[in-house]
Amino acid sequence: MAGTDLPLRVVLAKLGLDGHDRGIKVVARILRDAGMEVIYLGLRQTTDSIVAAAEQEDADAIGLSMHNAGHMTLGPNMVKALRDAELEIPVIIGGIVPDDDVQPLLDAGIAAVLGPGASAEEVAQTVRDAVSAAV
Amino acid sequence: MATTKLSRNASIDELYTAARGGNRRALGRLLTLVERGGRDAETIGELANPDAGAAHIVGITGAPGAGKSTLTGRLVVHLAGAGRRPAVLAVDPSSPLTGGAILGDRIRMSDTTEDLTVAPEVGDRTFIRSMATRGHSGGLALAVPLAVRLFDAMGYDPVIIETVGVGQVEVDVVAAADTAVVVMTPGMGDAVQANKAGLLEVADVFVVNKADRPGANDVRRDLDLMLDLSHLTGQDTTDGGDGYRPPIVMCSALEGTGEADVWAAVEAHLISLDERGQRLRRRHHRIRTEVRARMSQALANRIDEAMDSDVGRELVAHVTDGALSPTGASAKLLDALLGPQLEPGLDPRSEPRS
Repeated sequence: MAGTDLPLRVVLAKLGLDGHDRGIKVVARILRDAGMEVIYLGLRQTTDSIVAAAEQEDADAIGLSMHNAGHMTLGPNMVKALRDAELEIPVIIGGIVPDDDVQPLLDAGIAAVLGPGASAEEVAQTVRDAVSAAV
Repeated sequence: MATTKLSRNASIDELYTAARGGNRRALGRLLTLVERGGRDAETIGELANPDAGAAHIVGITGAPGAGKSTLTGRLVVHLAGAGRRPAVLAVDPSSPLTGGAILGDRIRMSDTTEDLTVAPEVGDRTFIRSMATRGHSGGLALAVPLAVRLFDAMGYDPVIIETVGVGQVEVDVVAAADTAVVVMTPGMGDAVQANKAGLLEVADVFVVNKADRPGANDVRRDLDLMLDLSHLTGQDTTDGGDGYRPPIVMCSALEGTGEADVWAAVEAHLISLDERGQRLRRRHHRIRTEVRARMSQALANRIDEAMDSDVGRELVAHVTDGALSPTGASAKLLDALLGPQLEPGLDPRSEPRS
């Protein structure tokens, strides 16, 4: 039957009021081409709607795209919402995050932060690493 | 939301019990196991079988971009608002090259299902799951009926399967539903194109979506003409020609007009199935399709094993040498695999061999 090497399932979303979705669409394509199944939620999601989707889709990872400087609030909120729902799913933030904010985000439970310079390979590998670290 | 603590390595039994108790995370995990196939999927199927059978199974199909997901989202909100517990299985294609997939049905639905998160008590009555085709149509033919049965066993009703109407398996899956909805739109070619697509024969309800756009009435007229022809030629589209004519419902899913009419037509079809005594026949057909798909898959697996066995390799080598024909080799291998013939007196209630 099917092998054990199943495609990772990744929920991708923009959280809150942030319309810059060019990047997340590129990431969706990168992850697809890396053999993953991307559940694409698109714009204007809430922590609740992302938790609901992650639960129903049995997601292995959640990718948030942030270009509105809301990451220091929304990132930790997302982690908290997942913990409240007892979902141990790694959250990866991509987008515009100043260097100084990276460590506080990691301390708050975000699995990884990807900046604009990340290569396709790096993006896919970061997701894979975050998933294996969480298991 | 259920608050039962779920351990990471919960057994299938524990997951099933938790899911029955309303734990959505557990149901999400069971669906993953169903998708993975193999023994776990079979175990889940056995658990779900006695609890299932009540749900109205609805297939929604149509060309890419016809508005299936948007319509499905509208229907889900409409149904949940009316106190129903709808579940959706949204099937999207995987890339044949990398096996990856972008499952984008939720984004279309989220445009319309925002209400579900705004009103959590409504959101808790719905469950939407995306499924990638994962390149192997055989797997889809096995995973979809199991996932539907699982939703059914959890008390979800209706269970809506949404697929792009390309590929035989996708069409079969929709055709095996109680009610098959085919979504058409203006600007996609006339009824000749639609006839070619082979989708029309399976429709129990036609929806002309984007009815606010020019040409919508032309689509309706073309469909009407096509249905007239079906009756003329005796080539009735459904249920062996006992007079059911698929209705054509106009709607604009994006605008949010007409979804109530669509659902009314779907329900009317179910009632009509009951009245004509056809519901059981549908069910029978669905089960037959599934049993056949399971046997095909099991046989295909055994054929693969046989090909890789010493005997298989040897026979293939003989063909290469010219000592044996391909027909001869396959006959020998099949005999070794299945025995010369299936005994006619096979007792259906006896335990399977091996």
